[in-house]
Amino acid sequence: MSMQTDTAPAQMGEIQGRSLWADARTRFFRNKAAVAGLIVLILVSLFAIFGGYFAKFEPDYVDFSLMGAQAYRGVPSIETGHYFGVDIDGRDLYARTVQGTRISLLVGIVGAMVAVIVGTLYGALAGYVGGRTDGIMMRTVDILMSIPFMFVLILMLVIFGRSIFMLFLGIGLISWLSMARIARGQTLSIKNKEFVEAAVAIGVPRMTIILRHIVPNLLGIVIVYATLLVPEMIIFESFISYLGLGIQEPNTSLGALINGGTEQMNNGTLWMLFFPLFFFLITLFAFFFVGDGLRDALDPKDR
Amino acid sequence: MYSYIVRRLAVAIPTILILIVLSFFLMYLAPGGPFNSERPIPPEVMANIEAKYGLDQPMWKQMLDYVTGVVFRFDFGPSFQYTDRTVNEVIAQGFPVTLTYGLWSALFAVVVGVALGVAAAIKHNTAVDYTAVGISIGAQALPNFVMAPILLLIFTLGLGWLPGGGWNGGQWNYVIMPVIALSTSYMASIARITRSSMLEVLNSNFIRTAKAKGLPMRRVILRHALKPTLLPVISYLGPAVVGMITGSVVVDIAFSTGGIGQFFVNSAFNRDYSVIMGITILVGVLTITFNLLVDILYAWIDPKIRY
Repeated sequence: MSMQTDTAPAQMGEIQGRSLWADARTRFFRNKAAVAGLIVLILVSLFAIFGGYFAKFEPDYVDFSLMGAQAYRGVPSIETGHYFGVDIDGRDLYARTVQGTRISLLVGIVGAMVAVIVGTLYGALAGYVGGRTDGIMMRTVDILMSIPFMFVLILMLVIFGRSIFMLFLGIGLISWLSMARIARGQTLSIKNKEFVEAAVAIGVPRMTIILRHIVPNLLGIVIVYATLLVPEMIIFESFISYLGLGIQEPNTSLGALINGGTEQMNNGTLWMLFFPLFFFLITLFAFFFVGDGLRDALDPKDR
Repeated sequence: MYSYIVRRLAVAIPTILILIVLSFFLMYLAPGGPFNSERPIPPEVMANIEAKYGLDQPMWKQMLDYVTGVVFRFDFGPSFQYTDRTVNEVIAQGFPVTLTYGLWSALFAVVVGVALGVAAAIKHNTAVDYTAVGISIGAQALPNFVMAPILLLIFTLGLGWLPGGGWNGGQWNYVIMPVIALSTSYMASIARITRSSMLEVLNSNFIRTAKAKGLPMRRVILRHALKPTLLPVISYLGPAVVGMITGSVVVDIAFSTGGIGQFFVNSAFNRDYSVIMGITILVGVLTITFNLLVDILYAWIDPKIRY
C-alpha cells in the first residue's frame, strides 16, 4: 500500500521519515533464513570469482597418469592438490567446480537481467498504454508462454550449433515472459494514481511517464521476482547441460558436472557427483531464501 | 461460457500452426543438410536422396507439404537417420512410456501435494506444519536431474531395492523412481500453494459460519474449504504439466526408460531434424491443449472469472 508514497524522496521534515527501502532493509535483516541465504550467496560468489587462484591445476589440464585410476589415486586430498579429487578425464575437479559455479551464476544473472530490462519495459508499456495494444502484447506473451521452450531451444541448439551465445539467446528469449506479466499487473494498479495523473496533466510525454514514474515504482516487485528468476535460470541451463546439449567442453557448468558425476556413480568416485551437487544445491537454496526474504520485505501484497 | 471456449480456441489453434511453421523454418535454415557427411556423396545419389525426401522442391512447397501432412494426416515424415523408420513410429514407440509415468507423476504430485498442504494448513504452526513446509522448501531445490542421481544412489546403489533403469513393460518397480524424480519439485510447489490458499480460505467468513453451526472439522474442510482452496492449484497445473513433460527428457536419460525424451536427445546428437521437429510439435500440441483444458476448467469452477 505504501509503495507510491514512500518511494518519492523521503520527507526530510522535522520527523525523520523511513523510506520504503530502509523499511524493507529492516524487515529483510530480521529474517534469519534470508540473511543466512545472503551470506551463503556471498560465499559462493567469492568462491566462483576467487576460487580459481587457489587451484593447483588449470581446469582443462588433463593428468593422464590419473586416468582410469581415479577411484584410488584421484581421491580428494589436500596433499595432491586435488582438493575435490579429479574427474573422469583426470582433470582437477576443484578448478572445474569453480569454473562451473562461475558459468552457472553468470547464466542465472544474465537471464534475470534480460528479464528485468525487457520484461519490465514490455509489461509497463502494455499496462500503461492499455486497450488494444495491451491486448495484442499480452496475447503474444500468452502464446510464447504456451510453447514448450525447452524443446524449441534444444532444436535451436542443434540447428545453429551449441554455443554459449545460443544458450544465452535462448534463455533471454524466455526469461522475460513472466516478468512482463508481473510488471503489467503492477502497472495497472499504479497508472491511475494521482502522481501519474499530475504528470499527465502537466504534459509529460508518455515514454517519460513510463520511465520516470511507472518503472521506478515497479522496482520492488521486479527485484523480488528477479531474485527468484536467477535459480530458475540456473536450473534451466543445468537441465540442458545435464543432457549434454548446453555448455560445451572444455567449458563447464554445474549441470554438466552433475551429469559427469552421475555417469561415474557406479565406479566408486562419488565425489564427482557430490561436490558439484553441493554447490548447486546451496546456491539454489540461498537464492530461494533471499528471494522469499525480499518478497516478505518488499511485496506490498504480503504485508 | 461457449464464447469463452471459442475465444480460447481462436488463440490455441494459430499458436499450434505458428509452432509448426516455426520449427519448419528453423530446420530449413539449418546449415548443412542431414545427409552431408565426411565422404562426399556423388551428385546423382544426392539428387536421388533429395528427391526421395522432397528436399529438391521449392521452399514453400516443402513447407506446405509438411504442414498439411502434420495437420491433416498426423504424418511427421520419415526419420532422416533411421531410413527404415518414420517419425510416427518413433513416437508410437516412446510416447506410451512417457504417458504412463507422466500420468502417474501428475497424480502423485497433486494427491501428495494437496494432502501435505491441507495437513500443514489445518495444523498451522505445529510440528506437522513445519515438517510439511520443510519438505516443500527442500524439494523445491531438487529438480528432476538432481533427484534422479540421488534416488539412484540411495535405492539402487545403496539399498539395492530398485532396478537402476529400463522399463520392463511398466512393471511397478521400474516406474517408481522415474515418477518420484519427475514429480517431487512439483509436489512441493503444489503443497506450498495449497497450504497458503487453505490458510486464506480458513480465515474467511463462510468457514466461520460453517464452524459456528456446529459442523465437524472434517466436514468443514471437505465440503466447504477444499473447493476454493484448489483454485490456485488448478491454475498451477498448466505450468506443472509443461514442466513434467519437459522433465521426462531427463528421466528418460537418467533411467533409460525409453520414452520420447530418449529419442529426442539421441536425435539432437544425430541431427535427426525430422524426429526433433515431430517431438517438439507433439509436445507443443500437448501443452497448448492442456493449458486450454485447465483454463476452461478454471473458468467453469470459479464463478468470479468473466468470460
